[in-house]
Amino acid sequence: MPLVFAGVCSHAPGIVGRADQADASAKNRLYEAFDDMRQRLEASKPDALIVVAAEHFANFFMNNMPSFAMGMADYYEGPIENPEWLGISKTRIPGNRSLSERLIQKVMETADVSYAEEWKFDHGIMVPLHFLTPNYDLPVIPTNINCQGPPLAPLHRAWAFGQALREAADSVPERVALIGTGGISHWPATPDSGKINESWDRQFLDEWSRCDKAAMLSYADTQSYLDAGQGAFEIRTFMTVSAATEGAQGIVHFYEPIPIFAVGCTIGTIDLEAPQLRSTI
Amino acid sequence: MQKFLFELNRDEEFQARYAEDRRGALVSFDLTAEEQQALIEPDIGLLFHLGVNGQILMHFAALHSIEWQDYLQRMRDGLAVHGPVREGVYAVTGYEGVDAHSRRLGQTSDIEEGD
Repeated sequence: MPLVFAGVCSHAPGIVGRADQADASAKNRLYEAFDDMRQRLEASKPDALIVVAAEHFANFFMNNMPSFAMGMADYYEGPIENPEWLGISKTRIPGNRSLSERLIQKVMETADVSYAEEWKFDHGIMVPLHFLTPNYDLPVIPTNINCQGPPLAPLHRAWAFGQALREAADSVPERVALIGTGGISHWPATPDSGKINESWDRQFLDEWSRCDKAAMLSYADTQSYLDAGQGAFEIRTFMTVSAATEGAQGIVHFYEPIPIFAVGCTIGTIDLEAPQLRSTI
Repeated sequence: MQKFLFELNRDEEFQARYAEDRRGALVSFDLTAEEQQALIEPDIGLLFHLGVNGQILMHFAALHSIEWQDYLQRMRDGLAVHGPVREGVYAVTGYEGVDAHSRRLGQTSDIEEGD
């Protein structure tokens, strides 16, 4: 059946792991926005949650790097990181092998995707789940877009992948929710950590909220790298959600640069009830 | 180097072997003496300079319980001693850190910078 929920959020490890170092009011506003997103997700009564993430070498490495991959297991594990450092305990996360297999089969009709029966989650998936499914009781279907090891699949391929995901979700009887998680501008895991190009972020989010396909596909990685850092390659995850909900309006519920979290923290959802795109926002 | 860190970061059994015998954990990897030493110490700054992807290095630093600001400072120190990052997309842009950036904008911050 049609997607029951779609949204985007940040996943930076500092959001949980360095929460005590952040401005308390900014942190609280972000946490409230995450909690609001959790409530919206729960209200949609999903049977499973597809998480389109941009992992950081938890499973895939340059010896055998898929551009797009989906998990196909009954359970997963995470986080791989030191739990004290991340602020999230190691746990087992439920999956749904049967649903994964049917979705993957459908995606393969129009897009190339690898599948993985083993998958360990890093902060890229664990941080969103920590807020959105804190009891780890919703089956997750991990999905990855290589945003780390160039060459990266071009943006229009991420778009096609998002369209394929939508067709796949529509083809199964389960109630499927979808989130994309990544950074916008950021320079994570470098001495530049904390640098954020707010105006670049706001422009991208404006395009994202209007589902402006042409504008989003016009980004070039070489220019994004200069303007918004290597972390900006992760806009592919946000664009995948746009492609999966093409024509629907995105609502940015929260955006605020929080330097100690190393990213402009973002929470957004797609208005699936009113798919007619408004001309202005 | 990155292959070793990738394997180490995601495998608790391998982490236990590395904790027991760091040099022994490296034997099946094709590494120079400089790379081996950087991984054994661990020398975060040298590893960053040599081009280890920042995400892999960040997880490795977390494995060693290196505090965040200390981790950032070790990378800065490594570049000061060894020179710019040799390869890869995880490099530096001249950003002077959150506190310095805030000061330049006339803002205040409670965040402790490592430098």
